[in-house]
Amino acid sequence: MIRAHGLVKKFGDFTAVDNIAFDVAKGEIFAFLGPNGAGKTTTIKMLTTLLTPTSGNVELDGLDPVTHQTAARQQFGIVFQDPSVDDELTAYENMDFHGVLYSVPRTVRKERIERLLKLFELWERRKDQLKQFSGGMRRRLEIARSLLHTPKIIFLDEPTLGLDPQTRNQLWTHVKKLNEDEQVTVFLTTHYMEEAERIAHRIAIIDHGKIIAQGTPDELKQQTSTTSLEEAFLALTGNTIREEEASSVDQLRKMGRAFGPKRQR
Amino acid sequence: MNVIYILWLRQLKRSARARARIIASFGQPLLFLLAFGFGFGNMFQRAGQGNYIQFLSPGVMTMSILFTSIFSGIEVIWDRQFGFLKETLVAPVPRILIMIGRTLGGATVAVLQGVAVFFICLAVGFRVPSLAMLPLGFLFMMLTALLFTAVGTALGCLLPDFQGFQLVMNFLVMPIFFLSGALFPLKNVPRALSIVASLDPLSYSVDGLRYALVGGTTFGVIADLEILAVVTAVVLFLGGYVFSKIQI
Repeated sequence: MIRAHGLVKKFGDFTAVDNIAFDVAKGEIFAFLGPNGAGKTTTIKMLTTLLTPTSGNVELDGLDPVTHQTAARQQFGIVFQDPSVDDELTAYENMDFHGVLYSVPRTVRKERIERLLKLFELWERRKDQLKQFSGGMRRRLEIARSLLHTPKIIFLDEPTLGLDPQTRNQLWTHVKKLNEDEQVTVFLTTHYMEEAERIAHRIAIIDHGKIIAQGTPDELKQQTSTTSLEEAFLALTGNTIREEEASSVDQLRKMGRAFGPKRQR
Repeated sequence: MNVIYILWLRQLKRSARARARIIASFGQPLLFLLAFGFGFGNMFQRAGQGNYIQFLSPGVMTMSILFTSIFSGIEVIWDRQFGFLKETLVAPVPRILIMIGRTLGGATVAVLQGVAVFFICLAVGFRVPSLAMLPLGFLFMMLTALLFTAVGTALGCLLPDFQGFQLVMNFLVMPIFFLSGALFPLKNVPRALSIVASLDPLSYSVDGLRYALVGGTTFGVIADLEILAVVTAVVLFLGGYVFSKIQI
């Protein structure tokens, strides 16, 4: 369903993603793990047409996102690492906007929005502006939104970052259920190893732009002779802390947090 | 078509909900009308140029359209981080439609703002001699709004963050406004100033709107329309191009 082959992305001299390859089967939950700055988000951006690869290629359900951009975009839904909702619009308006962008016909749109908002327990709050929503509610809305156009694949880039254990638990339960009921292929990243261990069928670990291990959680533990995925992860990637330079974007976000409307994330 | 509509609608809803900004946006034109209008009015009259409020009002309307347009265009920077831009960029829709929808939305808001300032001007004592010319004035407002929203959008795509925004305000937007003839007649000014003014697209907006609302023109109304139309087309094209190239 998702296939990457010899994928490389360079920013100037820096190689963010260095010749990686993987293959995700239909209906699989695939976790892509790695320390900060390892190249996870860059990879997701290449898979989702936001960045063009320097070399190598990608296939989403047989479509190349570089040459068949629009068709490839129709195949997936995505929850980004940072919020991508419109705070000034209501929950319903955010959903409706998405439905129009993905040309979901009006009647189907209405019906699916209602079903998804009810599933993610947001229906009662549909008329509230998003700036009144907590971090967990926003996340739920983003996941609901990413499913509105019935994609075959969903990308979840650190969807549980900054959420409390209750919300995280509930969120993964939803994801798992969707995967089982509708055979949606899930590609996720997270820093919470126990989450990945619990939910993922298969895992790839990326460090310094290279995939250093790939397999089921059990295989990875066996390979490193450890008892938990967290230990396996540390055994593979080492204990050094990765420094990431704050981009102007992060600085802007900090400023927004200081001056913008209060939010719980 | 639906895509353009929903983006247009979003810009409108956002503006309508930003109440503080709506109130603030009337403060500036009112200040210009009161301080400049009444402060310089006497001098202007004695210099034989007629009623200054009549002269100044079209300039103030154009000014508020300029500022509102640039702001709504430059909101792209904000969207890039807090919201929405990513959502629209991964959608299975040509980016040019997204750019067009945003720009039309921003321009609509700016025209509404211009019309509102028109009524403020009436309240301060501005009078329109010929109602038949109002549609022409409206046309100039629309062209101006479209042009500068597209300028704002293009800048918003090129600037990485708000640090550059002050630069744009002080070295682009302010000069565009002050050198456009919005505040003073461009007849009998030093040659250097008159050359700069003739390179400033806002000069043609002010000139055209002034012609439509009170009569009298520096460049000729046909020239105003032609130049504005061409510049707007070029900027829309460039804006669409940089927007389609955004990578995040």
